Amino acid sequence: MTSSLLSCNILLAGVGGQGTLVAGRILGEVALTLGLDAKVSEVHGMSQRGGSVVTYVRMSPSVGSPLIDEGEVDYLLAFEQLEGLRWAPSLVQGGTLVVNALMIRPLTVSIGAATYPEGIPDLLERAAAGRAKVIALDGSALAAANGSPKSLNVVMIGVFAARSGLPKEAFVSAIDRVFPEKLRAMNQSAFAAGFEKGRTA
Amino acid sequence: MRSIMLGNEAVARGAYEAGVRVVSSYPGTPSTEITESTARYSGIHTEWAPNEKVALEVAIGASVAGGRSMSAMKHVGLNVAADPLFTLAYTGVGAGLVVVVADDPGMHSSQNEQDSRRYAVAARVPMLEPADSAECRSFVLRAFELSERFDTPVLVRLTTRVAHSRTAVETGERLEAPLRAFVHDPAKYVMMPSNAKARRVVLESRIAELARYCEDEAESAGLHRWIRKGTRLGVVTSGIGFSYAEEALPDASILKLGMVWPVPVGLVRRFAATVDRLVVVEELDPVLETELRAAGIELEGKGLLPRIGEYSAATLRRALGDDDRKPAAFAPGSLPEAPVRPPVLCAGCPHKGVFLALARVKAVVCGDIGCYTLGALPPMKAMDTCVCMGASIGMAHGMDMAAGREFAARTIAVIGDSTFLHSGMTGLLNTVYNGGASTVLILDNSITGMTGHQQNPSTGKDIHGNAAPAVDLEALCRALGVRRVRVVDPNDTFATERALREEMAVPEPSVLIARSPCALLPDACRDDVLYRVEPSACTKCRACLKAICPAMSGGYDGPVVIDPEMCNGCGLCARFCKFDAIRKEDATS
Repeated sequence: MTSSLLSCNILLAGVGGQGTLVAGRILGEVALTLGLDAKVSEVHGMSQRGGSVVTYVRMSPSVGSPLIDEGEVDYLLAFEQLEGLRWAPSLVQGGTLVVNALMIRPLTVSIGAATYPEGIPDLLERAAAGRAKVIALDGSALAAANGSPKSLNVVMIGVFAARSGLPKEAFVSAIDRVFPEKLRAMNQSAFAAGFEKGRTA
Repeated sequence: MRSIMLGNEAVARGAYEAGVRVVSSYPGTPSTEITESTARYSGIHTEWAPNEKVALEVAIGASVAGGRSMSAMKHVGLNVAADPLFTLAYTGVGAGLVVVVADDPGMHSSQNEQDSRRYAVAARVPMLEPADSAECRSFVLRAFELSERFDTPVLVRLTTRVAHSRTAVETGERLEAPLRAFVHDPAKYVMMPSNAKARRVVLESRIAELARYCEDEAESAGLHRWIRKGTRLGVVTSGIGFSYAEEALPDASILKLGMVWPVPVGLVRRFAATVDRLVVVEELDPVLETELRAAGIELEGKGLLPRIGEYSAATLRRALGDDDRKPAAFAPGSLPEAPVRPPVLCAGCPHKGVFLALARVKAVVCGDIGCYTLGALPPMKAMDTCVCMGASIGMAHGMDMAAGREFAARTIAVIGDSTFLHSGMTGLLNTVYNGGASTVLILDNSITGMTGHQQNPSTGKDIHGNAAPAVDLEALCRALGVRRVRVVDPNDTFATERALREEMAVPEPSVLIARSPCALLPDACRDDVLYRVEPSACTKCRACLKAICPAMSGGYDGPVVIDPEMCNGCGLCARFCKFDAIRKEDATS
């Protein structure tokens, strides 16, 4: 995050129930720790029931709109492959797309009414043709190995933290603030695993 | 202290700091978290009411008794609470009373897109509109001051992007707002014609005073903001529209109205005189535009910007600004299209067994508001109407009355437990009273589901999770005059189907209560019981996929697979398998 060190648009895309809301809260806390303004926009209600969900996170010295317009996303954190494909067009040239290997088939696919495209991470890598950094990872496995599949959101934040160049301590303290005592160690461990993945990708 | 808060949490914080004593609401996206948050502050008595009308009446009583009070609801909830609101405008308040209403432009989770500013105009109640969480807090504090100073209820309007965005808030301490003495004042509080005629005059003189406040004081009170920049373009806006204008039109001067009714026409006129071109940026209805045009101010508005849906910075850039966009990472057409992922009924959801049964009996289904409205979507497609909270029962009766008994025998009203208690009970009373023969299916999942698990009078718990009396739905339906009341297990979809057919055939009103807890309730998660497909027994006939379960996949190349992480153990799938391939497992063993 060089030219955009002080201004950053992050789109968290997933399926209802995957923890994008909590991830948005953590990123909002990070921005505040860094003395930045932040706006985190969420979707609640009906679309949460297993539908596509997005959380917009914007941080900069002064944020206007809470929404990120198409083509203005600096970091797309896709918690699920198909959602990565769905939101890829919103990524700006030079942006970073982190895509989790998890596949959650929409009902339209399970009942045979639609097809889930094969090999989405490779498709994204090829189509980006160097105009975006694509990082594919099995975040769900990393999360499970570090305590619980539910910490996928923190793994994804770990990858972002490493790529963004923002101070790591801001993330560590935000995670401590957002989670209750008994979940802290597990989430710190998931964050560290994501961070390592992001650093070496 | 500075922290990052949801707009709804900041409204609650503002209410807390204003010394609010009583909050009563009915949940509704995007307003629900306001009341959930006030419940977490000590010193505020918070409760869920069965509907918005009751909620507002509770707040009015609290205010008349001398305590600051608040009620929060979604836009369509204000329709339900409109009756008390219009007369509350006449009586005024005892202690401060604020009504928070959250509109849903773009209909993220609503059945319509109405603009609640129309209620401020129609009920003659002042309305404030914050643009971010910091303003949610400060405007609610200001709203209580205005309520007491002008002896009026005050509306605070949010939209989804304000209610559900987290932005920075500087919080303060709770003010002491001592209980005011109750004043016996029938001329003010008993609205029979002789008294109401006098209050009608008070209402008009109050509005005139509020209009003067809005012109002369609201800017220094931190409600309006005049941002002086270029003279080529001036924007008049409020709420979330300001955030979009600020970002998309960095060179424009902006007049941001924090108090949106009464409209400060004189202030806008002075602003207009400083710019070459004046544009009103407001989502939904041209409320400001109409009033400003009527005052003879030249401007552009809905001729330029859409009336339907949400705006964004891009909406304004396209219409007014510099639409230079940065190049995108992916060239158009370089990626395959992603299949849609509509919301679905969850794995283990008890509503599924019901809608699968309804689809098989080929009933005409009058639906209602809740998660179960998803029963209208393919592949179930088992719903014919959905209008508003409680409408299913009245509509089914209306169909019977218009189309005759034969048609009536195929008509079913489907309604959730919370929705039935909200406004379905009166519909059922009407059906009985007027000699109807409807079959009413109450989906009792023991929670208000879609808004995120709020307690209601049928759940046996209050807003804090403490034990509360639970209404006996069977006894209630019998008391309303229904003689045939039965309880079925919706996960047994075939038994539900048989019960439906029997009740539909009966020429009198009947109620079927499909009782099984929401699969997402902690007590309902059957972690100890899972279902698994035995691959050697699976014939890939895919009959089990009729259970329409998000935990299930496969059945084409290989056997059907049930994701153990997602399975909630309802067993609906096993009921469709003729080959005994789906087996119950004790996951703890």
